[in-house]
Amino acid sequence: MQTTATLPLCPPLLAAAIRPLPLAPLGLALSALSRRLAARHPGMFRRLGGHAGKRFALDLTDMPLALLLAPGGGRVRITAHRRAPAAEVRISGPLSAFLGMMHGAYDGDALFFSRDLTVEGDTEAALALRNAIDDAELDLAAELQTLAGPLRAPLAAVLTAAERRTGVALHRVEGAWA
Amino acid sequence: MDLTVGPNPFFWDTPLWQAFHDGLADIPVARVVLGELVCSKRLPFYQDAIPGAVERLLAAGKEVAVTSLALVTLKRERKLTADLADMDVPVEVNDLTALAHIPAGRPFWVGPLVNVYNEGTLGWLARRGAQRVCLPPELPLASVARLAAEGARLGVAIEVWGHGRVPLAISGRCYHARLHDRAKDNCQFVCGEDPDGREVDTLDGRPFLAVNGVQTLSASCASMARQVEALRDAGVAALRLSPQTGDFARLTRLYADRLAGRIDGDALAAALLPDTPGGRLSDGFLTGAAGAAWSGAA
Amino acid sequence: MMELVCPAGTPAALRAAVEAGAHAVYCGFADETNARNFPGLNFSREEMAAGIAHAHARGAKVLVAINTFPRAGAEPLWHAAVADAAAAGADAVILADIGLLAHTAERHPGLRRHLSVQAAAANPDAINLYAEAFGVKRVVLPRVLTVAEIAAINREIDVETEVFVFGGLCVMAEGRCSLSSYATGRSPNMNGVCSPASHVVYAEEGPDLFARLGGFTIHRTPKGAPAPYPTLCKGCFTSGPQTGHIFEDPVSLDATALIPALAKAGVRALKIEGRQRSRAYVAEVVRTFRAAVEAVAAGRPMPEGALARLSEGQARTTGAYAKTWR
Repeated sequence: MQTTATLPLCPPLLAAAIRPLPLAPLGLALSALSRRLAARHPGMFRRLGGHAGKRFALDLTDMPLALLLAPGGGRVRITAHRRAPAAEVRISGPLSAFLGMMHGAYDGDALFFSRDLTVEGDTEAALALRNAIDDAELDLAAELQTLAGPLRAPLAAVLTAAERRTGVALHRVEGAWA
Repeated sequence: MDLTVGPNPFFWDTPLWQAFHDGLADIPVARVVLGELVCSKRLPFYQDAIPGAVERLLAAGKEVAVTSLALVTLKRERKLTADLADMDVPVEVNDLTALAHIPAGRPFWVGPLVNVYNEGTLGWLARRGAQRVCLPPELPLASVARLAAEGARLGVAIEVWGHGRVPLAISGRCYHARLHDRAKDNCQFVCGEDPDGREVDTLDGRPFLAVNGVQTLSASCASMARQVEALRDAGVAALRLSPQTGDFARLTRLYADRLAGRIDGDALAAALLPDTPGGRLSDGFLTGAAGAAWSGAA
Repeated sequence: MMELVCPAGTPAALRAAVEAGAHAVYCGFADETNARNFPGLNFSREEMAAGIAHAHARGAKVLVAINTFPRAGAEPLWHAAVADAAAAGADAVILADIGLLAHTAERHPGLRRHLSVQAAAANPDAINLYAEAFGVKRVVLPRVLTVAEIAAINREIDVETEVFVFGGLCVMAEGRCSLSSYATGRSPNMNGVCSPASHVVYAEEGPDLFARLGGFTIHRTPKGAPAPYPTLCKGCFTSGPQTGHIFEDPVSLDATALIPALAKAGVRALKIEGRQRSRAYVAEVVRTFRAAVEAVAAGRPMPEGALARLSEGQARTTGAYAKTWR
């Protein structure tokens, strides 16, 4: 496991490059991806229980970007925003913290203790989301590659290179963190 | 419904301890539990006064029991606990350790620090010889009602925490000593400086808890002043009044007046408040959102 | 070798713990019957059966914690949890309530019973009472004892002992604490939660971040400084002229260095706290402790652990195991 003291941040140049991009297509792509995840990991939404109807604002502090996640009982919707919109829960932190937690590279509690991630609003819902994602053993890179069809092999190479260069976990970490 | 005076949780000097217990002979309570509940180190100071107090209270027609220690870890504490069974009055079990030393068939009482949360536990204790059970203070009214009904069926009197700072936790660590930068073994009995416990406030100055050696109490005094009818309807047999400084005889008379219907809940609460350590009453465990809540006007 | 008993809040954590070398995993059903009844955690009946099968196939045991105190009028919920654990093939159930112990001893005599730390049996007399009355085979010792006291207890009892070695640290005797329900109405004994997230509010006021529990301020930290979760007994309070962590600093237990002494004291099993932690955390801690118990069993010096950064506030304590803690 990597220490949380050295969370990689999104390079300012990349953040600047993202700023002018239109947000709607990104939201659509993320929604499609998360519905795919939802179909493959039904237990994740069961774990959210009564919190599945809430909205989670994920404020990426190292990017000019915030995501609004509405699990909606399996009919997931993700929209992209310039600023974190109103939501029952707001979780703020660098992209690498979110991806690292999702992939089991970081421990959510440790990220909260160190305040690499901060929670405002419904803390219980945030906890439920974290636990549900931890149990789902997600692998974003693998999901993206499945979506990519014939481009699967080149995409894998790009993701692995990106992971190495940025230190951001894009694959599920499997027993390699000790 | 009648009144029980619980064991003094605090460390009082012997004259105060003696005067308090002598005073109980003349006031309208049905029974008294005495002895050391919180810390075995305090006991040598006043243990010689216990037999005389027991004798006087029995002579005054009170039922009397001696409490066991709440947390027993040392050899000396195990011996003390075993010796309780040799006394002529029932033991109030406040840790199951004491039960191990009570011969089968010998009646005993169960104090609020034993976890009696349900009918199964009450039934097991009743079969072992429990005569009275003072329920844990955190139980909601629904549970109290269930247990009182089961107690009636089993012939076990059910008692509820009636008045006093609520015992919330017990620890291996002494917080009084810690506040004085001392280890427990070298505490120099600093808990004796705070005869109603030492108050602990939040950082914004709100009274919250009170430490009493290894015990943590609420800053507010629980009071069942406004719950008497509900508890009586539920079949509760007694209210437990926990010792505090000030005019305890007056406090007891006020509760007796309340049980007899001579004053109502708000009048009792208003009369109690000026003498209440911490200056706040609570009854939230029974019907409120949290233990610290109070059902009456603030 | 001492048995390593590891936490699992989710099936993924159970698999991670087994993979990392846990001899036994403890977990609970997703309801108020277990003392880590947190949102998004724990096991459905199907997940429990699958988790037990997974562990058994790899030579690990599963201990099912049913260690809250059943609510009056609702005991069948707890009785069903015991029956379902037995049916799923659990190697033992971890119980705290007298009534539930009596029920289990009577109805499921073949199901191994461990006494939960929530029962706070802190001396040989109490432990022997539970052993005689309910056939308890192992006792999880409360975190109020020194190593010397644990050794003395083991000389006077016939059942196994299990002690906590790593993770969150209760400073109060477990199962005997109502601090949480005093502030929030929800308690470990009744609801399986302590200082629940549902009652936590963080508020920025001026230069400070306030962490409140049930409206009571538990911490105030400058913005940007580490802000521990507002666990009540680790809070910062004022008493008279003093302000500070009146009960306990925001530390977590690390008794790694005491493993040889605990082995010598006759302890049968070491328990790691943390069913609310991630599978990543569980795997790392379990792997580290497995190496440590193997080293101790082989008479080798213990490997240096690197667990501090997983701990709360990055500080560690050996807790009550050292007498000075008191």
